[in-house]
Amino acid sequence: MKIFTGFSFKRFAAVVIKEFIQMRRDRMTFAMMIGIPVIQLVIFGYVINSNPKFLPTAIVCADHSPFSRSIISAMRTSEYFSIAQEVDSEQQAADMLRRSEVQFVLSFPENFSRELVKGQRPQLLLELDAADPATVAYAVAAVEGLVDSALQKDFKGALRRPPDSLVDIRIHRCFNPEIKTQINIVPGLLGVILTMTMVFITSLAVTREKERGTMETLLSTPVKPLEVMTGKIVPYILVGYIQITLVLGLAETLFDIDINGSILLLYLTAFFFITANLAVGVTISTLAKNQLQAVQMSVFFFLPSLLLSGFMFPFRGMPEWAQWIGNVLPLTHFLVIVRGIILRGADFMDFAGHFLALSIFLVAVIIIGLLRYRKTLD
Amino acid sequence: MPGKMNSEPTAGTVKTDFAIDVSNVTKSFSGKVVVNSLSMQVKKGEIYGFLGPNGSGKTTFIRILCGLLTPDSASGTCLGLDILKEQDAIKRRVGYMTQRFSLYEELTVTENIELIARLYNVPERKKAVREIIETTGFGGREKQLAGTLSGGWKQRLSLAACLVHKPELLLLDEPTAGVDPKARRDFWEEIHNFANAGITTLVSTHYMDEAERCHRLAYIAYGDLLAKGTIQEVVDGSGLSTWIVTGGNLGALSVELRKSGTIEQIVVFGDSLHLTGSDPEQLEKAIEPYRSRPDYYWKRSRSGIEDVFIYLTEKKARDNY
Ligand SMILES: Nc1ncnc2c1ncn2[C@@H]1O[C@H](COP(=O)(O)OP(=O)(O)OP(=O)(O)O)[C@@H](O)[C@H]1O
Ligand SMILES: [Mg+2]
Repeated sequence: MKIFTGFSFKRFAAVVIKEFIQMRRDRMTFAMMIGIPVIQLVIFGYVINSNPKFLPTAIVCADHSPFSRSIISAMRTSEYFSIAQEVDSEQQAADMLRRSEVQFVLSFPENFSRELVKGQRPQLLLELDAADPATVAYAVAAVEGLVDSALQKDFKGALRRPPDSLVDIRIHRCFNPEIKTQINIVPGLLGVILTMTMVFITSLAVTREKERGTMETLLSTPVKPLEVMTGKIVPYILVGYIQITLVLGLAETLFDIDINGSILLLYLTAFFFITANLAVGVTISTLAKNQLQAVQMSVFFFLPSLLLSGFMFPFRGMPEWAQWIGNVLPLTHFLVIVRGIILRGADFMDFAGHFLALSIFLVAVIIIGLLRYRKTLD
Repeated sequence: MPGKMNSEPTAGTVKTDFAIDVSNVTKSFSGKVVVNSLSMQVKKGEIYGFLGPNGSGKTTFIRILCGLLTPDSASGTCLGLDILKEQDAIKRRVGYMTQRFSLYEELTVTENIELIARLYNVPERKKAVREIIETTGFGGREKQLAGTLSGGWKQRLSLAACLVHKPELLLLDEPTAGVDPKARRDFWEEIHNFANAGITTLVSTHYMDEAERCHRLAYIAYGDLLAKGTIQEVVDGSGLSTWIVTGGNLGALSVELRKSGTIEQIVVFGDSLHLTGSDPEQLEKAIEPYRSRPDYYWKRSRSGIEDVFIYLTEKKARDNY
């Protein structure tokens, strides 16, 4: 292809050096590139780490007894639950749950105390709004122990029973039966942060040259499109790696998220993902007339990446057309790869297909960018 | 390098004497013709002035010459290279100084020149950069950010940057806009030194004194070439005659003359009035009634280049509408 001929390493290096100097002098942008990962991680991490308390709870009690009372009071003192109301019917409670008035509904069946005394392990139903699993996770984890230790106090001495066998707690998750683990978020965030900063910053880097007129200088020299494009991409690859390291480091120190797979493999595949996003940025900048347009087009790319990649919503739950779009986006494939490596210790063959998709995207975008790159001002 | 031309030879061998030899250059932006079938021949080692009112198409034409804009149609050569097919080779041998400052403001003087030197693969780069910094007077300012230079120094830096690869042809787009008189004089001295060394310069300008320092010039308006040649040729070719009036109340006189509507062109200078017309007899007749007035001193004079340019532009404007 004609666009690849006559590549001069010296000219390429000239562009790289220039970009580094500009990056160094533009403290604001640099601070953002470092700041965004930290801020996002801390914000998302706060959500992950949050241990919400005093969640509104409704009680449906068909069996008023000392036992139910001591369970309820134990729940109160645990601080996870805030007993909002005692309601009479199951239906009423379900409505409250649907309207988000309460997060939990705890139902005591009619013969609760009788069965309990007989040692028949009565059922205790805990319904919960699991739309946001992070909200309820801690409370759910706590409930079993809570109930048992409360009852143990009532069954002292001769009444003493083996632990964990007094009641059968049934947990019914409404609205989100498939619980998404919070741990999904950090690896996903890695991809989102890279997409965001890489695309935005490179798309601006070239349009800024057009707006300031420096493009005219570049174009009047013998520098080739491929040299400009790669020269602009390379410094930001480094920035991308700094961001990855930062996020992984913070994930480890703040949230104890370990990398189960090969970190080297992660860094290697990240190269393709970063480059793909940078190529998107450069290509956008060849299309955009000014910096505002570049930002708009970057958003246009970023939003589907955020929404359809499986970061926001479970990929398998999306309609087919959305999956089609998602499959084009590099973030979709990178998420699978990065979650695979970090969470499940996946090796290369586990995600070779996704890696291929990522590479095809990269090559396609670079070619589009080079074809779109104007060697003239018109 | 006439022997190395690999495009089909253009008619005649004389053409290799030209650094720029283009014809029928036309360019339009969204249907509006901005450069209209322009031709230009510039000899090697010549300083060629390029004049014309704002928006007349000078910058556009220069950009076409160095391959930054694709013309609608054009033919010819630049340094013996086909302007349509060999743009890459042309770029390597041309130094283009943009009208608007277009180096990197966040890079220092040295970094900017180094960048350009690298992009041209200048041999012995460090030495070349050092040299250009010395000769253009940037010694001691090497580490200053280009964005913090004053306007005139920015112009000088642009010039330095376009000289670092030792081009054979300089395309300078209003290089002295905003430059002080002393620096302007130095600048022109330098251009003449380049010319003596065989470097060709095409320079656009709005200053008449600079026009007079060019060997030859072209004048365009509304994309059309209106005149070209030496100043003498342009003035003679215009067939204009001019009367200069001094003394008395020139302001009042000019108002009166304008009202009478018999004189084609009246231009007020600080201490004189230039009356210009295409027909000497008609002009003489028109001023006859006023000549007897006291205080005023009337003198027939050769038309100045400025009178000619203004006349040509206004005539062109009248013809267009
Ligand atoms: N990229 C462009 N798109 C549309 N119109 C353009 C473009 N560049 C220039 N023009 C128009 O072409 C005309 C000629 O512009 P040009 O810059 O060549 O004039 P100029 O002779 O250099 O003027 P000046 O003396 O003010 O620098 C102007 O009317 C301008 O508006
Ligand atoms: Mg101009």
